[in-house]
Amino acid sequence: MAAIETPVAKRLKTIKHVIIVCSGKGGVGKSSVSVQLALSLYASSPIARVGILDVDLTGPSIPRMLGLDGRGVLQSSEGWVPVYADGSETRLGCMSVGFLLKRREDSVVWRGPKKNAMIRQFLSDVRWGELDYLVIDTPPGTSDEHLSLLEHMAPVHSRLSAVIVTTPQAVALMDAMKCLSFTRTVNLPVLGLIENMSGYVCPCCGEVSNVFSTGGGQEMARQEGLTFLGSLPVDTELVTLLDAAEAAMPEQAADEPPRRTERTFRLIDQYQQTSSSKLFKPIVERLINALAGGGVGGDETVQA
Amino acid sequence: MIAVQHAVDPLSVPSDAPEHCPGTESELAGKTEACAGCANQDICASGQTKGPDPALPFVRERMSNVKRKVLVLSGKGGVGKSTFTAQLGWAFSADDSVQTGIMDVDICGPSIPTILGIASEQVHASSSGWSPVYVQDNLGVMSVGFMLPSSKDAIMWRGPKKNGLISQFLKDVDWGDLDYLLVDTPPGTSDEHLSIVQYLKESGIDGAVVITTPQEVALQDVRREIDFCRKVGIRVLGVVENMSGFVCPSCKTESQIFKPSTGGAKRMAAEMGVDYLGAVPLDPRIGKSADYGVSFLDEYPDSPASAAYMDIIDKIKQILGE
Repeated sequence: MAAIETPVAKRLKTIKHVIIVCSGKGGVGKSSVSVQLALSLYASSPIARVGILDVDLTGPSIPRMLGLDGRGVLQSSEGWVPVYADGSETRLGCMSVGFLLKRREDSVVWRGPKKNAMIRQFLSDVRWGELDYLVIDTPPGTSDEHLSLLEHMAPVHSRLSAVIVTTPQAVALMDAMKCLSFTRTVNLPVLGLIENMSGYVCPCCGEVSNVFSTGGGQEMARQEGLTFLGSLPVDTELVTLLDAAEAAMPEQAADEPPRRTERTFRLIDQYQQTSSSKLFKPIVERLINALAGGGVGGDETVQA
Repeated sequence: MIAVQHAVDPLSVPSDAPEHCPGTESELAGKTEACAGCANQDICASGQTKGPDPALPFVRERMSNVKRKVLVLSGKGGVGKSTFTAQLGWAFSADDSVQTGIMDVDICGPSIPTILGIASEQVHASSSGWSPVYVQDNLGVMSVGFMLPSSKDAIMWRGPKKNGLISQFLKDVDWGDLDYLLVDTPPGTSDEHLSIVQYLKESGIDGAVVITTPQEVALQDVRREIDFCRKVGIRVLGVVENMSGFVCPSCKTESQIFKPSTGGAKRMAAEMGVDYLGAVPLDPRIGKSADYGVSFLDEYPDSPASAAYMDIIDKIKQILGE
C-alpha cells in the first residue's frame, strides 16, 4: 500500500479512521446523523480529534447544522484550513462546499468531472492535521461523488468503513439496499445500519406515531446480515437545534461578540441535552469498539 | 478566501468534459488551456460544436406530441418529490380524456415504480420505440427501475451514462400524444437536471414545481434550486411545502415535526419572488400509500392532506392555463 503515494494518500496519512455515511435515498438524515456522529465522537474523549467532510456538493447542509453558515475557508501554506466548530480548541474541523459560496442561495450546477475535481481537492488540499476520525457525509444516490471518493481514497482503503442510514418506509429501504449493493461492489466494509425517523412522540400527549412506519431497518439488517446499530425517533428538539443554529447567534453576539468559542461549546452542550444524544451514545460506543478492532458485537461486518 | 467560480454557461458544458471546460458553445471552445489534451479539442476548435446536439431533432419530434412538460424539483432529497409527482399524475389522469406521462430521471434511486404500484413491470420495445408502462389507460410511466434485474441492484453510473439514458427516455420512448409529461428528478442540481433542461430546451419546458419541507436546512437547498432554475431559464410555477405540521392520531393536536424556524416555504417564496402553492400536512398514510403503491387521493379522499393536494393541483392547472 505504501508504494502509492498520491497527494490524497499523503494527506490522509494522519487520519486514523474514515467513516463514510451513506444512504441511497435523500432526506433520511445522513447529514444529521453525520453531525451527531461527529459530535458524539468529539465528546467520547477529551482528546479525540474529529473531522467532518461534506461531499454533498449541490446541497451542502453541514455548515448550517453546525452553526457555521457564512464562514469562509482560509488558504495557508500547508493547504486549506478547515473551519473549526469548537473555535480555538480545534478538535472538530469541518469542510464543505458551503463555505466556498459567495451567497448561501448560490447553486452549484456542476457535472461529474467538476465534482470529481472538487472532491479530489477536498481530500488532498485540506489541512486536517492529526485526526482520530474523519466523518464523510455523502449526497443521496450511488454516482459520481461516491465513485470519486472511493477512487481517490483507494490508497487508504484499509481505513475506510461505512454506516448506512435509512428510514423505515419501503421506498427508502429499497434505496438503502442499492447503497448496500454499492458498498459490496466496491468492497467497503459496513459497520452497520441506523434506522432514522423511526416514530414520532407527540409533544402533547406522548403518543408515539410511526410517521414513516417502523422496524423496516432492523428487518433489513437481519436479512442482509448487517449489524443493526439502533433506531432514532424523530426528535423535534434536535431538528430545531440543528436547523436554528443561527438563531442562537444574535443573542450571543449582542452580549459579547468576540467570544465565538463559547457558542460552539453551547452546541455540544445543547446537543447532549437532547434525547437523541442519549440514544446515539451506545451507537457511537459500538462504532468506536468496532473500529478499534473489537467487531461491532454480534454479527461481523459484511464480506465482499 | 477561496470561492467557487461561476463563469461558464452550465448548459453548454458536455457531461464528459475536462474539469475546466469553457463550454462547447463558448467563443473559447477548443482554445483554452483546459482544452489541451481533451479528445474533442479539434472538434470544438473547428466550430462544429456550435451546432445543436444530434439527438435534439429526435427529441423535438417526440416532444412535438406533448402539450405540457412540467418538472418536479427540489434541492433536497426525501421531501416528497416522487410522491407529489405520482399524486399529480393520478389527479391529472382522473380525467379519462387527459393523457399523462411520468418520466423518472432519478437514475440512482428510482422510486416512481414502487409508488405507483408497478415495480415488477418491464419495458417492452416495439418498432415505434420503448413502450412506457401503463398504470391505467391514460397514465404511462418510464423509469430506470423497470430495467433492473432486481430492485436491489445499484446503478453506479457517472454523469455521461446517466445523460445517455435520459436522452433515450426522451427520444426512444413511444409516449404517444400526451397532455402532460411530468418529470420527477433526483435531488440536487447536477447532471440529470442539466441534461433534461438541455434536451428539452428547444421543445420548451412549461415550468417547474419546487417541493420543500418547512425547516431551514431544506429551504437552503430549495433556494439553490430556484437559483438554478433562473440560471437555466426555467419558469418556477410555485413552491409546495410538504410535511407541514402533523396531527396526532390520538389527541388530534397539531405539532410541527420539521419546524419552520425561518418562516417556512411561504416566507422563502416571498423572498425569492416565486408563487407559493400551498402546504400539505404530514400524514403517515401518505407514506404507507406510497409503500403499497396506491393512490392516497383515491384511498382517503376526505382527509385534510387530500384537500390540500387537490387545492395545489388545481392551482397548477390554473397556472398552466386549463
